[in-house]
Amino acid sequence: MSRSVAVTGMGIFSAIGKDLEENHSSLIHGKHGLSTPEILETTHQKLPIGEIKATNIDLAKNLNLDESHAFTRAALLGTIALKEAVKNAKIKDFTNIGFVNGTSVGGMDMTERFYREYENDATNRRFIQAQHPGFTTEQIASYFGINNYVTTISTACSSAANAIMMGARLIKSGRLDRVIVGGTDCLSRFTLNGFNSLMIYSEDFPKPFDAERKGLNLGEAAAYLVLESAELAENKEVLGYVSGYGNANDAFHQTASSENGEGAYLAMQKALKTARFNPHQIDYINAHGTATQNNDLSESRALIRTFKEMPALSSTKSFTGHTLAAAGGIEAVFSLLAIKHQQIYPNLNFNSVINETKLEPVTELKSAKIDHVLSNSFGFGGNCTSLIFSKNG
Amino acid sequence: MYINGMASIAAQTEEDLFAGNLKSFQQNIFPATIVNYKEYIKPMMLRRMSKAIKMGLVAAKQALNEAGVEVPDSIIVGTGEGCKQDTEKFLENILDENESFLTPTAFIQSTHNTVGGQIALDLKCTGYNMTYTQNSVSFESALIDAKLQFAEDPDTRCVLVGGVDELAKTSTPFYNLDGQLKAGEINTAEILQSESGGTITSEGAAFFLLSEIRTQDSFAEISDCMIYREISEEKLEEEISWFLKKNDLKPEDLDAVILGNNGDKRFDHYYHQLQDTIFKNTLQLGYKNWVGDYNTVTAYSCWLGAEILKRNEIPQQLKLNNLEVKQPKSILIYNQYLGKNHSLTLLRSL
Repeated sequence: MSRSVAVTGMGIFSAIGKDLEENHSSLIHGKHGLSTPEILETTHQKLPIGEIKATNIDLAKNLNLDESHAFTRAALLGTIALKEAVKNAKIKDFTNIGFVNGTSVGGMDMTERFYREYENDATNRRFIQAQHPGFTTEQIASYFGINNYVTTISTACSSAANAIMMGARLIKSGRLDRVIVGGTDCLSRFTLNGFNSLMIYSEDFPKPFDAERKGLNLGEAAAYLVLESAELAENKEVLGYVSGYGNANDAFHQTASSENGEGAYLAMQKALKTARFNPHQIDYINAHGTATQNNDLSESRALIRTFKEMPALSSTKSFTGHTLAAAGGIEAVFSLLAIKHQQIYPNLNFNSVINETKLEPVTELKSAKIDHVLSNSFGFGGNCTSLIFSKNG
Repeated sequence: MYINGMASIAAQTEEDLFAGNLKSFQQNIFPATIVNYKEYIKPMMLRRMSKAIKMGLVAAKQALNEAGVEVPDSIIVGTGEGCKQDTEKFLENILDENESFLTPTAFIQSTHNTVGGQIALDLKCTGYNMTYTQNSVSFESALIDAKLQFAEDPDTRCVLVGGVDELAKTSTPFYNLDGQLKAGEINTAEILQSESGGTITSEGAAFFLLSEIRTQDSFAEISDCMIYREISEEKLEEEISWFLKKNDLKPEDLDAVILGNNGDKRFDHYYHQLQDTIFKNTLQLGYKNWVGDYNTVTAYSCWLGAEILKRNEIPQQLKLNNLEVKQPKSILIYNQYLGKNHSLTLLRSL
């Protein structure tokens, strides 16, 4: 179990850019992607969301799909991001490649659009199965001809992080040599109203780790990494390594995090253990930091329990919104960009520390020596995952 | 991986299965049998739980009980369609109320990992917790994960793995509209001879407590598992032979095969081809005409195979050919749905 896991390609599509270059440019210029809804048809016209300003028709055109295609919005975003990742990794042959996709609501956008239409109108019945996450994964896999080990992880907001962990484990165990991992989620009325009904949706831009934080804002995105065994990656440009990972359950409440962040703490401990690192080796933490009262306090406590001296910390959800299942994927890309460019991306909209924990995130772009980044993703069902990305294997 | 405890909830009971009393249904959608959930879940909690949560939690607890384990090291769940009942409840509220006056209860229970999360919550299990949702290979994805857990972490002693899927009042009947379910008059007992497309569906949960090391409670072994998103009929036979070879077996060494025939004329040829060739002289069992087809029905077939190995007894109503087997030692399960998401699972007696 000592094979190291190299990242040889990555691709991203989010509200702050259609590819790696645009996302990086937004991050270094402090340009967030939150706006009011233009594409998503919702009555909540004033709620800020991290929306990608391209219609499904635009996206399908970009992929040369014909009109009868059955791609959900998450599949469209996912396919575009995955294309960039495999181009980046110079992958042309998909025969022996695995695919672990993370998505929470999959094709819910199609279900909520056609739910009342299916009975009497046959036009869109090809989307009946779209309600289930595997459908979106299959659309993406079929676009590239990925035919063998293809699966979907759906653990709410930690889905993509778990997919990355699973990919790394498949390579370490020798079961596969090359796996595409990450996640995709689109905005939907279902999730927007869901979080709004939980009274944790912010009417302003999100303020992670701020005393005055008002809640989260949803976003949509897709991001994928190409993971390869060190042998396969030998003559390739390596963007970084997946050196640690851990998943634990908070076992406290279906949606709320425990007061001392037990699940988060355990996940970080496991990630450090698999990487064989001491906490002080971590240079930067890309936090889960959703900007809800509950998460940021609970995560802060877990961080304080884990790190005697707090590494540089920020939540990039202040740029993209909370992209649910995709969050672990886009934040993995941001973590790897931080390693590549040796810089820390700011936590926007921060003014004052949370009284109980007093953690101060990085608020301006900062150059720093970065060898190891820890990225947190936590989800409903108490699901907590930590990943560690490293410069060297 | 050794099975030390298991439980199944499905449209047929274990007693009826081995007594030859399996029932047929006259509808293409039929529910799981009634279980006394109150024995395992407090009434207050029970009221808020959808069928998937109830079935999953009870099957999980029964599997743990049988193995004498209180808290497993990991919980891994496969569910193709997750918590459909709560999903459609919340969705219908959004549509009916035009996105206002919503309460979050159904939303928070609608995520696909609700069952896994609820089991963790009930057992206070802070270990690894994962949920796979890849159509008909959701349960197999969970099995593969469990296999990796044992291989990579010597501290992992036992893993709870299960599959669960529920019916929902609106979303399940949608399958009448896109050709997934059979039209017209139905007698489920006869569907495997059907000349039409579509199948029948139901719901269920099957959970297993697995360990890497054989214990005094172990009664069968899950030796290996593979999944394929797509595989051609021509390659299937070759792939099965390779899979068996990897486990030091040849097709003729198998004592039985459990096949996923579901009466869908459009796709059952995947099974028929094998029945006529490499498995011609092997006992063939079919079960979906009795319990329906749903994404994690292979968790039921895994339970069925393990139960056969445990009892040394073949449920006669499942036989697709007339071969006799006295002491089954190795059983292969092959499944696909709509020609996609194929899986192979190998079970062995101890």
